[in-house]
Amino acid sequence: MNRIHQKLQENKKLLSIYFTAGYPTINDTVSIIQDLEKNGVDMIEIGLPFSDPLADGPTIQASSTQALKNGMTTEVLFDQLKDIRKSVNIPLIIMGYFNPMLQYGVEAFCKKCQEIGIDGLIIPDLPVDEYHDEYKAIFDKYGLINVFLITPQTSVERINFIDSISNGFIYMVSSASVTGSQSGFGDEQTNYFKRIADMNLKNPQVIGFGISDNKTFTQATNYAKGAIIGSAFIKHVTNEGINTINTFVKSILE
Amino acid sequence: MTKNMENYNVNEKGYYGEFGGAYIPEMLYPNVEELRQNYLKIMAEPGFQKEFNQLLKDYVGRPSPLYFAKRLSEKYNTKIYLKREDLNHTGAHKINNTIGQILMAKRLGKHRIIAETGAGQHGVATATVCALMGLECIVYMGEIDITRQAPNVARMKMLGAKVVPALSGSRTLKDATNEAIRDWINNPVNTHYIIGSAIGPHPYPDMVTKFQSVISAEIKWQLKEHEGRENPDYVVACIGGGSNAAGTYYHYLHEEEVGIIAVEAAGLGVNSGESAATSVLGKEGVIHGCKTLLMQTQDGQITEPYSISAGLDYPGVGPMHAHLCKTGRAEFISIKDDEAMTAGLDLCKLEGIIPAIESSHALAIFEQRAFKPEDVVVVSLSGRGDKDLQNYIEYFKI
Repeated sequence: MNRIHQKLQENKKLLSIYFTAGYPTINDTVSIIQDLEKNGVDMIEIGLPFSDPLADGPTIQASSTQALKNGMTTEVLFDQLKDIRKSVNIPLIIMGYFNPMLQYGVEAFCKKCQEIGIDGLIIPDLPVDEYHDEYKAIFDKYGLINVFLITPQTSVERINFIDSISNGFIYMVSSASVTGSQSGFGDEQTNYFKRIADMNLKNPQVIGFGISDNKTFTQATNYAKGAIIGSAFIKHVTNEGINTINTFVKSILE
Repeated sequence: MTKNMENYNVNEKGYYGEFGGAYIPEMLYPNVEELRQNYLKIMAEPGFQKEFNQLLKDYVGRPSPLYFAKRLSEKYNTKIYLKREDLNHTGAHKINNTIGQILMAKRLGKHRIIAETGAGQHGVATATVCALMGLECIVYMGEIDITRQAPNVARMKMLGAKVVPALSGSRTLKDATNEAIRDWINNPVNTHYIIGSAIGPHPYPDMVTKFQSVISAEIKWQLKEHEGRENPDYVVACIGGGSNAAGTYYHYLHEEEVGIIAVEAAGLGVNSGESAATSVLGKEGVIHGCKTLLMQTQDGQITEPYSISAGLDYPGVGPMHAHLCKTGRAEFISIKDDEAMTAGLDLCKLEGIIPAIESSHALAIFEQRAFKPEDVVVVSLSGRGDKDLQNYIEYFKI
């Protein structure tokens, strides 16, 4: 059974953390993952940096640019992760833009993910329809879960379509925005969370974009199975370094 | 169309052969889908056609002349015609598309317009039509380009647009486009994004091409008046993203006897590391929402192109052009900075026309490639050189 499925069955709200591989320094990847698990994080999104991350705000853009300067590549990331399953048990997802995967070769990329023990992928600029027609068979062959996004503007019809081809969880973008641009949720967002929760979809939802502290984490998980933190974690690492991950995670879970 | 000829137009799924598509984050899906479902319908409305054509005539000054360049023709011993897009209002072909898209935006009920710009020509053309229609206009421009293109920044401001610097990445056109896309993600309901080139997610390449196709539609009847035939032997245009080229080729794509020549910027030389010759240096990849030929590293990171001409300084090429290249329908030629600058000055002296440096690339092919004396070659003179005066001054120490 895929680790994502196992995790989703646990009777608790899930905290998922995104970080950019190769940031702040090139060799931080493995220790960040180990530290996050040790401190009670449920799931990790490992960001494969891209030169033109068009769905990301300034924080993740800057970390991606720095990671690339540090020498991060697809090859280097796979090499860093080759023994990760000897020490880490929680679900690991690679999140990245489509072009680096396309250049590596989609099948070769998926195969490598399976060898390492990656459980799923999030590729914001690979549209659902393209995935369904061209790549689903490959993902299935290597046991990878592809996670799709929905937003407040996604139509009911399309949400049902995305739910029908998803096999894990749905990534609910909290508001119309790039990453890292929100502070706190208002009525508009909680109404949207409630509306989706009431649809009783086959796949549980995990909310991302705009989760930065205990308050927003709690608001989001009132309606969803879990929540994803990205920019706020990158900011913490930028300001405090990687030795105080425990205080960051504690501040979210309190 | 000849029976066995390949289809060079977009197919129902938004592809030109293997290139194109809509590789966009889900956040943009409703906007792009709304456009995809409506653009052909709206463009076909008689009311839309009437308004579009009227503005092209009265406001842009179309038809633009098809001018027989006698002295240039004598020099190269062939028949050269110049399609004078440089005489359009705002000084380039860009306005054909922004007029079309502003009318589209109005019909879709959008009242906030965003655009990206490199050299500032598309930004000025967008600011112009926004002023014309009384709509809010925000133009994203790389911080470096803002410094390099101060007069165009001033023009946009005078026209009432807000110019926002793109501070990320290399702070040029590619990054301005990223910022415009991010703005659209953040403002999904009231905003229309006017893309200036034949790039972006489907239906943008097709929509931009169709608005620019007025260029080749006019060439057809104008050449008939000059030469007694609609089809030249060659059509020539410079290519960055490829909007003037798309418009120049459009009505000739399936006319087999018409040769299509695409002129890219080689910068300091194709193998110098400072180039924008995508057909040579690019591989299949995804940029700004479409699959196309793209300059990138082994690892799939998009690289920085270089050309003396800001309008050709783009790491990709429109998906239609990628398909024309791959199938061999178009002949791609790369022209270096020096060759373009020389050809530009040559046109000044021979014909009394100061061309944009982009267009000078297209003119430079006559030094590279021989044509027969009886050949009729139509070159798109996509823009005028006013914006490039500083470059010309520095380059020739005038």
